[in-house]
Amino acid sequence: MSLSLEQVQRIALLARIEISPLEAEATRGQLNHIFELIEEMQAVDTKGVEPMSHAQDLALRLREDAATEENRRAAFQAVAPEVEAGLYLVPKVIE
Amino acid sequence: MLNSSLKQLSAALAVKKISSVELTGLFLDRIEALNPAINAFITVDREKSLGEARVADARIAAGNAGPLTGIPVAHKDIFCAEGWLTTCGSKMLSNFVSPYDAHVIARFKAAGTVTLGKTNMDEFAMGSSNETSYYGPVKNPWDIGRVPGGSSGGAAACIAARMAPAATGTDTGGSIRQPAALCGLTGLKPTYGVVSRYGMIAFASSLDQGGPMAKSAEDCALLLSAMAGFDARDSTSLERPAEDYSRSLDAPLAGLKIGLPKEFFGEGMDADVRAAVEEALAQYRKLGAVTVEVSLPNSRLSVPAYYVLAPAEASSNLSRFDGVRYGYRAPEYGDLKDMYQKSRAQGFGSEVKRRILIGAYVLSHGYYDAYYLQAQRLRRLIAQDFEAAFQVCDVIMSPTSPSVAFAFGAKSADPVQMYLSDIYTISTNLAGLPGMSLPCGFGAGNMPVGLQLIGNYFDEARMLNVAHQYQQVTDWHLRMPAV
Repeated sequence: MSLSLEQVQRIALLARIEISPLEAEATRGQLNHIFELIEEMQAVDTKGVEPMSHAQDLALRLREDAATEENRRAAFQAVAPEVEAGLYLVPKVIE
Repeated sequence: MLNSSLKQLSAALAVKKISSVELTGLFLDRIEALNPAINAFITVDREKSLGEARVADARIAAGNAGPLTGIPVAHKDIFCAEGWLTTCGSKMLSNFVSPYDAHVIARFKAAGTVTLGKTNMDEFAMGSSNETSYYGPVKNPWDIGRVPGGSSGGAAACIAARMAPAATGTDTGGSIRQPAALCGLTGLKPTYGVVSRYGMIAFASSLDQGGPMAKSAEDCALLLSAMAGFDARDSTSLERPAEDYSRSLDAPLAGLKIGLPKEFFGEGMDADVRAAVEEALAQYRKLGAVTVEVSLPNSRLSVPAYYVLAPAEASSNLSRFDGVRYGYRAPEYGDLKDMYQKSRAQGFGSEVKRRILIGAYVLSHGYYDAYYLQAQRLRRLIAQDFEAAFQVCDVIMSPTSPSVAFAFGAKSADPVQMYLSDIYTISTNLAGLPGMSLPCGFGAGNMPVGLQLIGNYFDEARMLNVAHQYQQVTDWHLRMPAV
C-alpha cells in the first residue's frame, strides 16, 4: 500500500495537526517507508487467534460510586492557558 | 561517594558519616559541573532538593529512616512531581508545573528519597536516541559524540556520569533497557502492572511501565521495592502482596536454565556485541547455569506489530493535548479547530506527529482490521512464544541492543532504522514480561555492551538474583567513564 497526499492530509485533519502541503509531501514519504515495515505483518496467517489488547487478561476493577478525590480546581486551572471565573476559555463555538 | 552503592550510601547516612544535605550537595555540584556538556537534566532546583534533604536528615535523626531515606534520586521528566516543571521532553509541556505527584513520586517521597532533578528524555518517550527531545539531545558520557539511547537517556547518562546514584525510567519498547545498555548501567522494566502508571504521562498505556535504573542489580532491587505496589488510581495496577525484591539476591545459580532464543542470535547483531554476550554466557556457565536453545518464531514481527499498537494508543492518549486545560497554546489562531490544529502542530515535534498520524490511520475506518487487529493477534502469538520458551528455561538472555551506542545523526534521518534498534526489547513489552539490562563488557570504541534478561511474569526477584550473582564475579557495572 501507499498513502496518497490526500490521505496524509485527511489523517492530519483527523488528528487535529495543521500540516502544510510541503510538510504533507515529506511526511507521506516517511509514513510510506514505515508502512513498508508494518506490511510485514500481513505475511502471517492469524486466523482464529484472539486479539490481545492487554498484557494481563484481567477484568477491570469496579469500585463504589463515591467521590474520592478532593476538589482542587484552582490548582489544576493554574496550569491552563486561559481561565476566567473557574472556566476554561476557548474561541467562540456557537454563534 | 560518587561510585558508592545505595547500600553503602545508606550506611554512611545511618552512621552520620555524611548528611543527606551534604550528599545531595555533592551530586548537585557534580550536575552543575557536568550537565552543561551532557544535558542529562531538564530541570534542577538546588533549593528544592536541599529542602527535601533537610527533611530526610530530620527523619534519620529521629530514627525513622528506611533503606532509601536521604538518598538522592533523579526522576525522568515523564513523572509528574508536584511543584516541579514536568515537560515529558516536549515543547507541549514546556510550561507545565505539575499540580500533583505521580504514584511513583509519592512512593519515593514516602521512602524519604531526595528529588535530584528531572531528567531529559525523548519527546513523550518516543525515540531510542534522545535526539527527539525538545530540550536538546543527551550526550553519552562514554563518548559525547554518541547517543545515550532512549527514551530514558537522561536517566542513563546522569548515572553513568555519576551525577546521580539512581534514577527512575519508563519502558514502552525498551526505553529503560536500551539506554541502560548503551551507558553501561543496570535497569529493570517490571512485569506490566507492578508499578503504577498514575501520574506517568501516557504514551502507549498497554505497554508503558516504570522501573529503576542504577549501577547494580542490588541497587535496582532496593529501588523497585520502593516503587512497586498496588494503586487504585491505575486501572491496570495489580493487587499483589508487597515484595522485598532483595530477598533472594544471594541465592546460588547452580542449575539455572538460561534460554537463548535462536532468533536473537542470528544475523543483525554486531560482532563486538556478540563477543561480549558470549563471554557473559560463559561466565554464567561457570556459575553453574546451563544454556538451552529456545525459539521465539514470531519475534521478528514484534517491531511492525509494535509500530501499529504503540502509535494507535499514542494517538488516543495524546489527543488530550489540545491547548485548553494545560500545556502549550499557539499564540495566534482563528476558531476552535484552528486553535487545536496550530497548538498541536507547534507543540509537538516531528517524531511525535509521525506516530500520531500512523495511529490515527491504523485506527481509521476501513483499516482497523488489517492493521490494529492483526497487530493484536500477532501480539498474542508473540506472548505465546514466550510461554512455550519458559516451559524449558527459567530466564531468557540475549543482547539488549544489536549495537553499541551509535553516533548522533546516524539513524535520525531514517525512522525505520531507529525503530529496528529496539528489535530485542520490544517483544517483552508486547508480552508484558519483565526485562532487564546489565553491563557485560565493552565493544567498539570502548562503548558498553548490555546483556538482556527476560523473566517470566513476576520473576523480578529471581532476575535481580541472576544479575546480582554475575555482578559478584564481574566488575563491568563498577566501571565509570572519564568525564
